[in-house]
Amino acid sequence: MLSTILLEAANLTYAGAAIGAGIVAIGAGIGLGKIGGAAMDAMARQPEAISKIQTPMIIIGALVEGVCLIGAVACLLAILMK
Amino acid sequence: MTRLKMTLFAIAAMLSLLFSSPLSAQEAENVEAVAAEQEGPDISGMIFGHILDSYEWHFTDIGDTKIVLYLPCIVKSETTGWHVFSSSHLYHPEGAVYEGFQIAESGSNEGKIIEVATGERPLDISITKNALALLINSLILICIFLYCARWYKGKTAQDAAPKGFVGAIESMVGWVYDDIIVANIPQNANRYAPYLLTAFFFIFLNNLIGLIPGSANITGNIAITFFLATCTFLMINLFGNKHYWLDIFNPHVPWWLKPIMIPIEILGMFTKPVALMIRLFANIMAGHTAMLALFSMIFITASMGAILNGSMTVLAVLFTIFMNALELLVAFIQAYVFTMLSAIFIGLSQPVVHESEA
Repeated sequence: MLSTILLEAANLTYAGAAIGAGIVAIGAGIGLGKIGGAAMDAMARQPEAISKIQTPMIIIGALVEGVCLIGAVACLLAILMK
Repeated sequence: MTRLKMTLFAIAAMLSLLFSSPLSAQEAENVEAVAAEQEGPDISGMIFGHILDSYEWHFTDIGDTKIVLYLPCIVKSETTGWHVFSSSHLYHPEGAVYEGFQIAESGSNEGKIIEVATGERPLDISITKNALALLINSLILICIFLYCARWYKGKTAQDAAPKGFVGAIESMVGWVYDDIIVANIPQNANRYAPYLLTAFFFIFLNNLIGLIPGSANITGNIAITFFLATCTFLMINLFGNKHYWLDIFNPHVPWWLKPIMIPIEILGMFTKPVALMIRLFANIMAGHTAMLALFSMIFITASMGAILNGSMTVLAVLFTIFMNALELLVAFIQAYVFTMLSAIFIGLSQPVVHESEA
């Protein structure tokens, strides 16, 4: 009985990590999509300002990505350190 | 609607045909016997063997022969002093204990040298795979830039621009200098150009070399990215001017917000380099893991029949090539992002405040 429960718990860790990675991907998708969409709109409206838009776009993208990667690393650690 | 159902049924039938083993009963038994012997391929072991550091540099296997470079182990024990020996003694099939040391097979020190007597880690400054690769890559970087620098000896600004390799490097250096360094640290660009250019080309070169099969995964090692982030942390905080420190310890907020704002600002000093560290590490490691996982689909499906294995092989090779091409892009983007964010943080630590505002 105990062994089955422990086995279940071990599998739940994997499931939790996988679900967590999926949620991280959703978050990254929403964040980067909004940034990319807004930047594309702005670039299409004012092509001469592309170089001015690009830098802040990459910075904000990198910040969103950083948070998501910390989440992804936490999911990885959940598997490796169970 | 019935048409949709029929299509779905057809797809399901085709899939079940794919997954059902087309082998005869006897062959299936053989496959099962082999599978029971090996318990399937060790995928996670393979992936971590590629990603993590080790005391040997294992290139490939040809047949049963390992093509491997054993590296020197340099360890200092608390009790028996310094030991220098080749790691081939530790990977020996029989008797992996040498001079009282062995590689831990489990526990928190798994894969690292421990003392057999105490189970403790000795002081370990072995030339591991990553350390050797780091030395080689740094040598390559130095060679590239000394070679390019020699071209400029005895030339003036009126001479023709360099061609070929030197020209390519010059255009990259020029781009990093103009678009990243000067754009973000206009007040003091030349002072930080050496560090930021070094960081950019170091990360870029190590990312690219890490993509070559058989090479070490350097920028996907958190110790390396920790060092790079520490350099940026020192650059930001050692040379920040008084307005930067005033913003941290005496921000322009109502007095009752200060107990909240000051700890947040102090925390912010550390989260910036930590984010840099995690970003580079996780991007490169995740890229390598994804590539290896896609590639190992071939070996996972090897026991599932010829049709499935054949189609998965084609798919896996195509996806791996795609991921590899994507990683080429990521190698460049991560070097760019690291340098860009470092430049921005350094620029922000030296705000130019006009006397009338201050």
